[in-house]
This record gives sequence, structure tokens and C-alpha cells, in this order.
Amino acid sequence: MHVVDLATTTRRELNQQLHALAADTNDTHWRIDNPEGQHALVAGLDAPVTVEIMGHAGYYCAGMNKLATVIIGGNAGVGVAENMMSGTVHVKGDASQSAGATAHGGLLIIDGDASARCGISMKGVDIVVKGSIGPMSAFMAQSGTIVVLGDAGEALGDSIYEARLFVRGEVKSLGSDCIEKEMRPEHKQGLRKLLQDAGVSEEVSVDEFRRYGSARQLYNFHVDNAAAY
Amino acid sequence: MDAENIPQTLPRMSATFDPHSLAEIRRAAATGIYDIRGGGTKRKLPHFDDLLFLGASVSRYPLEGYREKCATDVWLGTRFAKKPIHLKIPVTIAGMSFGALSGQAKEALGRGATIAGTSTTTGDGGMTPEERGQSETLVYQYLPSRYGMNPDDLRKADAIEVVVGQGAKPGGGGMLLGQKISDRVAAMRNLPMGIDQRSACRHPDWTGPDDLEIKIEELREITDWEKPIYVKVGATRPYYDVALAVKSGADVVVLDGMQGGTAATQDVFIEHVGIPILAAIRPAVQALQDLGMHRKVQLIVSGGIRNGADVAKALALGADAVAIGTAALVALGDNDPVHEAEYQAMGTTAGAYDDWHEGRDPAGITTQDPALASRLDPVVAGRRLANYLSVLTLEAQTIARACGKSHLHNLEPEDLVALSIEAAAMARVPLAGTDWIPGGQGL
Repeated sequence: MHVVDLATTTRRELNQQLHALAADTNDTHWRIDNPEGQHALVAGLDAPVTVEIMGHAGYYCAGMNKLATVIIGGNAGVGVAENMMSGTVHVKGDASQSAGATAHGGLLIIDGDASARCGISMKGVDIVVKGSIGPMSAFMAQSGTIVVLGDAGEALGDSIYEARLFVRGEVKSLGSDCIEKEMRPEHKQGLRKLLQDAGVSEEVSVDEFRRYGSARQLYNFHVDNAAAY
Repeated sequence: MDAENIPQTLPRMSATFDPHSLAEIRRAAATGIYDIRGGGTKRKLPHFDDLLFLGASVSRYPLEGYREKCATDVWLGTRFAKKPIHLKIPVTIAGMSFGALSGQAKEALGRGATIAGTSTTTGDGGMTPEERGQSETLVYQYLPSRYGMNPDDLRKADAIEVVVGQGAKPGGGGMLLGQKISDRVAAMRNLPMGIDQRSACRHPDWTGPDDLEIKIEELREITDWEKPIYVKVGATRPYYDVALAVKSGADVVVLDGMQGGTAATQDVFIEHVGIPILAAIRPAVQALQDLGMHRKVQLIVSGGIRNGADVAKALALGADAVAIGTAALVALGDNDPVHEAEYQAMGTTAGAYDDWHEGRDPAGITTQDPALASRLDPVVAGRRLANYLSVLTLEAQTIARACGKSHLHNLEPEDLVALSIEAAAMARVPLAGTDWIPGGQGL
């Protein structure tokens, strides 16, 4: 294991070391000590490595991640795994606003709660939140899936496109053009797989979830819908 | 007097309820929806035409027009980037998306800019191989929607432009109506085909200048501090916006006046939000000067640049470079009278065609229709753009030499006077023939 202590190494040096890794590197396991909430930690990774951050991370941790598995031992700041393309990011604590924003792929697991705008403008990522998510989550969510074991805040899925939302607890309110939808077998199958990937399939049943998605009424502007905007 | 000899009152049209206003009231009453169009403001505004250069005489010494060198190059991104950009001319191509423009048009922009030694800029929807392949220097826009945004393209770019706003619609997001969402455009944006695509007006993962500073740090970390980072703002409160962009860590600030074009937005937004570029440059430069960052953080201005005189005036007011969008499209062939019959069939005329969102452009530029797009030859159109960029540069050099300047950047406000009180106040140069600069040094 490669250990980097951020008490003695700068973030810039760390990120540059990680960016320099070849796709077939043997340095596949990294541990980052003393992160102290620094921003942009391990952003822009592009190699199949595992990075464990031993504490809290600041804004944009694992931003634009490709291929790598990043485990954050504490809480994560704004925009964790923003625009992730592939790989896995696992937050052991809570996540701040805009977790997984605009992410195209990969899996984001949050063991605690996620704040407002979780999954905003998501473009294919899968997000599993074991706690609850804040208001305006999945705003303009284009594709991908959000699974919430707890509750969802106000205006869930406002102006949503084709993303799928599964919530186990209460939804405070749905945003414009977001409606509850039927849970068909294919949805349960996909949800079961995501729960397995997040390691909670033994704890909860897919039957406890309700599905939300787009009513597709705002896809083309019509004057009669003006009040919905 | 006989009743038949009494002079008749002539029909008089209202200056307030003019024919355009009346037609718009009737159109709104018939449809219940506002007008959407492309382009920038069409109203008459104080502009660069309201300024004149003084030229050299007894008190100033000119340079020989065809003999003495007047340099035109510009460095962008010298503040933090390991690899700043060096352009041969201070005229760049503004951000315009594949989606709004055809693939052929994007390729033509790349070809023309590369011949002229300048940069092009992507737009909402990501980077296309046509543009990257043909643009020697390509600026990658980082927009609120993040359509097509990926780290591979980010690393392929020569600079990154964080778009906060644009002059045609400061505070507004993007719009691409269903007619232009082809298979390819839809795939690049992860959207279903044929839907109206509305881009967000705010970035999804940062709010305000403190967050922007951290976002810029992230972009620098991902690209190993190599790429210059631009911040683009629409002209509204330029002193404060430029100061905050500098505080946030920008290498370059792009300032777009309300004459700057858009692919599609409400006409009321284009015509009534934002300020003219003439009014925005001096406060922006003052902000840089107050922070000790003039020429260290470069300023690119845009919005209504048409000729070399406009370029020279923008630089004299303190900009490091200008960007062109509408003029570049016209150079490619947009609104060319050769298509007049087709414009007439759509109820418009060459020079006035602005329904770019409908995708029916007979010039093959603002369309995704394969048959229309194929009308534009990217090689020929690119050559036309290169010619035009060359003329802009030659014209600006002509003026600079007449003012005794050996580099376009040596032009200064002292070389200018204004023809109107409004222009004098906005550009902070004296009214011609006087030493009067109205308005003081307000922001």
C-alpha cells in the first residue's frame, strides 16, 4: 500500500502522483492520512486504483473520477464525485450539497445523509444514499438512478428527464413534472442490484420503495404549462 | 372656407406604439407566448462608432504605415497556468455550441481561426472532433448544464472557460428547441431526441465567488495547473463581477456586452437585460487596475465587434483581446443575400434572419438538418473567416500606427474622443473638441 500523509505532502503533489499512474500500475492501493477537509482531493483520477481517505474531505473530492474506487472515511464537502464518469466513490459519513452532480457513470454510495441538490443534472450515475437527501435533489436529472433509504426533501425531481428515483421513506414534495410511477419487475430487479452493490440488500427489501420519475409533460414547451415553470 | 378645402390631418403613427410594437402586441395576443430568436440586441445603442481616434500630428509621432512594425500578438493565461496561450492576433472566436451550429460550421470556425493564428471556443454540448481537429487552439467551455462535459475533453483543451453568463442574456440559461435536437446532439447531451433542451442558469455545484474559487482550484488540479482558466460574464455590473472573478482565481476574464449573440432566447431578455459593451469596458479595466492586475489577468471583450476600428477601440479602452461571434458567422455566410429568396419564403430578409432556433438556416450554419448543413463547405467558409480576421487585424494596425503605436496594446484611452455625451460618459473619454468627461469615475 502506498501511504501519503497530507501533513507533509501537498494536495498538488498527491494529485499529480495519482494522475501520473499508468492504467496497468501496480500501485493499486493508496491511503491518504490527515486529509483535514482539503478541497479537490483525488480529483481527476483515471486509473483502476483504490484510494482510502482517512478522514473528512472538502469540496469536489473525487471530482470527475474515472475507473478509481475512492473511500472517504469521514464526511464529504460540496460536489463529492461531481461529473464522475466511472468507478466507485463511497462516503462513510454525510455528504454536503450537490453530491454526484452531473455525474455520467459509476456508483456513489453515501452511508449517511446527503444535503440539497443530490444528483442535480445527473447524466447516468447511480447514487445510493443510506440516510436521507435534502431539497431540490435530482433537479433536471437526465439519466441514472438515485436510491434513498431514508426520506427526500422538498421538490424532489423538479424538471426531471429520464432518471429513476427510488425512495423508501417520505417525500416531502415532488417538483414540477415529477410523479410517482408504478414499480414494475424490471425496476425491482435494477433496484435489487444497486442495493447489493451498496451492501444493504440484506437490510431492506425492494418492496419498501416507491418509484418516481418524469411525467414528460414539460419536454416541449407549451403555453398552457407556463404556470409549471 | 369650404369644407372640402380644409386641410386634412395626416395619419400619424405613434412613436411609442410603433409598427414593431403593434405587431408584437398582435402576435402575443394571437399566440400567448413570447418571441424567441437568436442573435443579440437590435436596438440602437451607444457603441464604438461613437468614438474616434485622434491620430498623430505635431504633438504625437506616427509610425510608417507599410514599413514600421505594429505587433498584434497576445498572451492569455499568464497568471497561474503552466501553459499560457500565445495568439498571433487579439481577435478570438467566441463560444458557440455544436447543436446551435452545424458540425460543418464548427469545423469552418476551427479552420479559419487556425489559419489566422487565434482560438475558437466550444459551447453548450461539449467538444466535437470536427472542432478539436481543426482548431490549433481550443477553449473548452464549462457551463451550468455540463452537457458533454468529461475530463478527457477537459485535458484535450488548451484553456477552460467557466461560463457564468453571456451578454445576450445575463442571468439566463440556454435553450435549444426540439427541432435541433438530432440523434447526435441528443447523444452528446444525454437527452431524449426531439425535446426542448433548457440549460440551467446556475452552476449545479457552486454558488457565489467563494465557491467559484474552489471550483477553479478543482479544474486546475484535474488538469495539473496547465490550462489557463477563463471566467466569462455577461456585462451587468462589470466592476464587481471582474473584481470577483479575479478574486476567484481567473487567469482571464471574458466580458460580453448585450450586443453579443445567443442561439435562442426570449426577445425581451435580449433587448432589456444587460448593458452595452461600450459601458462595460472601463469599469472592468478599473477593477483590474484597482487590484493591480491589469495586463496580469487578461480581459477579453465581446459584443458587437464588426471591424478593425472596433477592435482598436476596445483595446484602447484597456482590453487585451476581443471575441467575435455574430461577425464570424456572417463571414462564414450567415444572412448572405445570396439566399434572399429563401429568407423571403420564411417571412424575413437577408440581414434580419434570426430564427436560428428553428434550424432552417439556408446558409447551413445554424442548423442540424443534414441537407442544409451540407451547403456549407468548411474549407471555403474557413478561408472566408481567415480573410475577415486578417482584415480586422490590418485595420486595427492601420489605426494603431496612425496613433504612433508599435503594438496594438499600446493604444490607450488618451487616443480617443467621443462624439456623444453618452459615449463620453460610458467610455470615460472626452467629448470631441472639449476636455469634458461626463459622469465622473462612477462604477
